[in-house]
Parts: sequence; C-alpha cells; structure tokens
Amino acid sequence: MKNNGSKSISTKKLLPKCPTGIQGLDEITGGGLPRGRPTLVCGGAGCGKTLLGAEFLVRGAAEFGEPGVLMAFEETEKELKANVSSLGFDLEGLVRRKKIVIDYVHIERSEVQESGEYDLEGLFVRLGHAIDSIGAKRVVLDTLEVLFASLPNEAILRSELRRLFRWLKGRGVTAVITAERGRESLTRHGLEEYVSDCVILLDHRVTDQIATRHLRVVKYRGALHGTNEFPFLIGEEGISVLPITSLSLNHKVSAERIATGIPRLDAMLGGRGFFRGSSILLTGTPGTGKTIISCNFAQAAALRGERVLFFSFEESPDQIIRNMQSIGLRLEPLVKRGLLRFHSARPSLYGLEMHLATMFKEIATFKPHVVIIDPITSLMGSGSDSESKGMVTRLIDYLKAGQVTSLFTSLTEGGHALQQSEAAMSSLMDSWLLLQDYEGNGERNRVLYVLKARGMAHSNQIREFLISDHGVDLVDAYIGPSGVLTGSARAAQGALEKAALLTSQQEAARRKRELERKREAIERQISVLRSDYESETMELRRIDEQVGTSALMLTTERTASGILRQADAKEVARTHSRSRNGKKKS
Amino acid sequence: MKTKPVKKRAAAPRKPVQPRKPAQFWQLRLYVMDKSSKSITAFANLKEFCETRLKGRYHIKVIDLLKHPQLAKGDQILAIPTVVRQLPRPVRTIIGTLSDTENLLVGLDLRSSV
Repeated sequence: MKNNGSKSISTKKLLPKCPTGIQGLDEITGGGLPRGRPTLVCGGAGCGKTLLGAEFLVRGAAEFGEPGVLMAFEETEKELKANVSSLGFDLEGLVRRKKIVIDYVHIERSEVQESGEYDLEGLFVRLGHAIDSIGAKRVVLDTLEVLFASLPNEAILRSELRRLFRWLKGRGVTAVITAERGRESLTRHGLEEYVSDCVILLDHRVTDQIATRHLRVVKYRGALHGTNEFPFLIGEEGISVLPITSLSLNHKVSAERIATGIPRLDAMLGGRGFFRGSSILLTGTPGTGKTIISCNFAQAAALRGERVLFFSFEESPDQIIRNMQSIGLRLEPLVKRGLLRFHSARPSLYGLEMHLATMFKEIATFKPHVVIIDPITSLMGSGSDSESKGMVTRLIDYLKAGQVTSLFTSLTEGGHALQQSEAAMSSLMDSWLLLQDYEGNGERNRVLYVLKARGMAHSNQIREFLISDHGVDLVDAYIGPSGVLTGSARAAQGALEKAALLTSQQEAARRKRELERKREAIERQISVLRSDYESETMELRRIDEQVGTSALMLTTERTASGILRQADAKEVARTHSRSRNGKKKS
Repeated sequence: MKTKPVKKRAAAPRKPVQPRKPAQFWQLRLYVMDKSSKSITAFANLKEFCETRLKGRYHIKVIDLLKHPQLAKGDQILAIPTVVRQLPRPVRTIIGTLSDTENLLVGLDLRSSV
C-alpha cells in the first residue's frame, strides 16, 4: 500500500468536480463534490447520511459510469440493499454487474483483544482490494466513527484515520465519509479535523409540527458554493435538495404569444395574449371566477395541442370538470386525449418542500407547456412566509427555465387591501390580472383589470366579466361621470344612451328633410323665374321678327310701286333685298 | 508474569473451560502485511508463545494480505497484525504485535490454563 501514496492527482488547478447526480446538490456545490478528495457528511440520527452516500454511489455507477465502493460499518450488505431499494435504487443489480462493491466491516469490541501495537493496514487492504476489483472512482465510508467504539486505542485509531484520508486522496477516489453530529463540534469524534476539503451538514428539525430536513455546505475549499441552508427531501427517487437561491436570472425568453381562450382578454393584452413561458398571477376574492379563467386558459392551450398540467389544491378533478361543463367548457375529452392532466392534493397533506418536490416530479414526467396552480395561496399557508416565497420563486424559476407558461391563482380576503397582501408574490410575476366583485344596485358583478403585463401594451380599463352557460365574455363596463356601472346598471345606462341617440338621430333626420324641402321650394321658384325669363325672351324675338317682316313688306311694296313708276328703280330694289338677306344670315 | 497468578485465581471460578482443554488442537491464523516489522514481531511472539504453552498441538497459518487481499473480508480483518483462533471454538481475535502476553492470554482464553 505504501507505493500507492505517491500516486497523486495532477488536475488540481481547476478543482475538478465529481457530480453527485443528486437533484439540487450539484447546483449548490457548483458541479458536485471535489473530485479525488474526501467529503465529510455529518448529521444526527435519521438525517439521511447513509442515503446520501448510497445515492452518490448508485448515481455515480448508473449515470456517470463511475463504479464505487461502499464500506459499511453499521449496516450489513443485505440491510443496505433492502433500505435503498425502497427508494428506487437498484443496488443489488449494480452489485451483480460489478459496478458497486459493498464491504461490511464488523468489529465487535468484546470479541477483539488488543495485545501490543497494530495498525489498520487490514482496512486499507480491504478498501484497496475493493477499489481495484472494479476500478472504483467513488468510495463511501459509512460511518467510520463506529471504529472509535470498537477499537480501544484511540491514539492508534486517530493516526490511522489521518493516514486513511491521505491514502484516499492518494488513490484519487472521491470519497464520502459520514459521521455522527457532535454536541459541540461538527462530528462526535472530530473527524472534521482530517477532512478539510468539503463538509456537508445535514439536519432534521421540526417547525410547526412539520419536519423538514436541511442541508448546508459548511465548507468547500477552493470553490464557491451556496452557503445557505437548503431544505431537502427523501422522496421516492432519492434525495432532492431544493436550492432557492442557486438559480440565476438568465433563462431564455420567448417572444411567442399565446391566447388566453377569452378573445376580449387577449385584446386587453395587446391583442395577442400572454407571452409563452411567462408567469401569470390571477388574484381575486372568492367566487370571482379564478378557476373559470384558469380552465379557459387550459382549454385553449390543450385545443392548440399543448400539454397542460393543472394542480388543484381545493377541488377534485371530477368536480372541476363537472363545474366547467356548466359554462360550456368541455375538459373531459382533453383529459382523455392526454393533453390535460389534473393533480389534486390537499395542501395539508405534507410540507411545502414535499409539495414542491411532487410538483417538480409531475412536471418532469408530464413535460407540460402550461402549468396551472389553483390556488397558490392555500399551498403557501403550509409554510412560513419566507419559505413560501422561496418556494414560489423556485417554482417560477424552474418553469421559466423550461419555457413553461405558468398561471397561479391567488385567493384574497375581500376588501381593497389585496394589492398589498400579494405584494410579496406579485413582484415575481410577469402578468397580473385582478378579479373583483363590484357591488351596487343590489347586485354583485365581476370585473377584471390587467394590473400589470410586462413587455406588452395592455389595456388599463376595467372590464366586466360575464359568466354564462356558453362561456365567459368580457364587456366594457360603463365608465362615466357617475362612476363605473356594471350589470343591470350598465344595461340601464346603455338603454338610456340608446334612447338619447335615437332622439338625436330623429332630430337630425327631421332637419335634413326640412332642408330638403327648402331646397325644393327654392328650385321651384328658380324654375318659375327662368320660364318667365324665357317667355319674355321669346316675346322679344317675336316682336323683333314682326318688325323685320313689316320692314320687308314695306320695301317690297315700295319696289313694286317703283316698278310701276320707272324702270331704273330695279337696281335699287335688288341691292335692298341682298343686303337684308345677308343680315339675316349673320 | 508476576501478576498473572493473582489474576488467574480470580478468573478461574468464573469460566468453566477446564474440560475441553486437554489434548485440544489449536488452529491459528496470523494475518500479516508483507514483511513489516510489526508482522515479523507478531509472528515471533506468537511462535514463542505457542512453543511454551501449546507445544505440539498447534498450527499457525500465516496469511499475507499483500498477496491475498481478498482474504481480509472473511475474518473481518481491520488491524494488522491480527491473530484469529479458529479452533478451539469460539473464534477469538487478537490484534497487535502480541507483545503484551497478559492480554494475549485473555484474548486466547488461556488464562486459567497452565
């Protein structure tokens, strides 16, 4: 074994990481555990130390092609296999395929007698043999501290442990060493003193009767890491850590717009609906139609052939389908076609983290285009404010990263303080629709505003929101000097306006007719005058002609008498008639 | 060696191991690591011990884990050197160079004998 110590890893400059494959942990640690170095995982009983170690190995072997050795000091091989198989890990199969070696180290103090000096070379040999037999890259020692109970000579043990960690580094394996949490120090036997590269602390505590596991990276030499405490879960698929702050704001955005299923609402949103991948908040007091708008949105998306995942925390799927039938939304065929899936759960069923994890799982398996959460408020009730906000942030980030459009409905307690109550959550949302009851004239009417819609021109007007048995429609609410009128008041006002309009129209028509009559009278007068004028002209002409004729007759008579008197008068008569003819022609 | 008889008397009535001692054959395994000094010392100590106490009715099998690392798992070997008493039953394990004869006797359950 001595010659192995000289083999050292050369790639230390960049601090290579070894991905754990554990959901969320790699995000916090920026890629995984330090490759080729030991990592200490400490925590109290029932924190999931062994499981973390086992998952590290199983995922390493199954997903990253890195075989591993599990040296167990507490549980036997059989127990381990049974324990992790309940979490969906096929440890047995991996052992059979020689991807993982489990070595159960058992040493009973009462059966062992010390006599003289010794070292733990046997442990090294076993570990070395196990590593060599499958070419392991990962090693988990669970829980090494048992040795402190089994071996009486602590001085030897400590020096040997120091040697062990050096040896592990020398072998270049990425090791996870689990240790029991100590009262004042990180570990009961001060193992942190030997493992200085990476220390992860697990914790399990109960707040408000809800037990939550937390994970914290206490130390990670040479790398940036999330220093916060992150809730984590042990679910059906192993551990998942839920980092709230590790995701950065750099998701890709889409310029594509998707219709809401309510044409007038689309019109209010710049005519084309919401952006794909945006987050939408729909707040309203009880009974203002939040679920109805959500279902409209769901139906519209599903009819476009998109997959919609509907998380309902208040109603069962059947109830939603039945209720929507009454307003003409037929969701059942969409469910049957697999385009719409409902997921209903009581918010108090389990803690916030568990809800989030189940939602993530559903989203990951169904791969929806649109996710609807109805309502988010009842879910937020099951955690503290900061936790809830963190959870919503995480959820939105997760959905945005996958370009999934999300619609959250939020129930507000009547009154006008609702903007304030949602302030914490609304800042995370891209669009915010507000549904409200409008009371007056002995009736309640629903109205809708678009409070904000990032990145699009949107209507700033209030719209009345009508629900009838053939669906939803938005109508312009009457806004006038007397305020906003909705419902029957709006209808009455509409009738009033219609009557006024009719009157003014009739008045205008009457005036037009009068004017027309006037014009006709004038025209008649004009034509009378003209005919007078024309008859006068005719008269004048006739007189003129009469004058001419009489003049001619006069001349003719004169010529005839001239002829009778003397012959030379011919010439005169001829010239007279010629000149008169020429005049006539002209 | 001086203190031994005192302790022996105290321990003797507690352990009724007398009947199976005579003519018992001892089978011992010594796990060592190559030719390390501890291993050599342990072998010498064991040999000497057996010669004085169990002459003619013992067998020591030396297992070098450097050559046969796979054998370490079977007897749950962690420390080197380790002596495992296979026979007589029950199996007993003593770790160390065996320089402490008193502890070796306790370990091999031999304090009442000889």
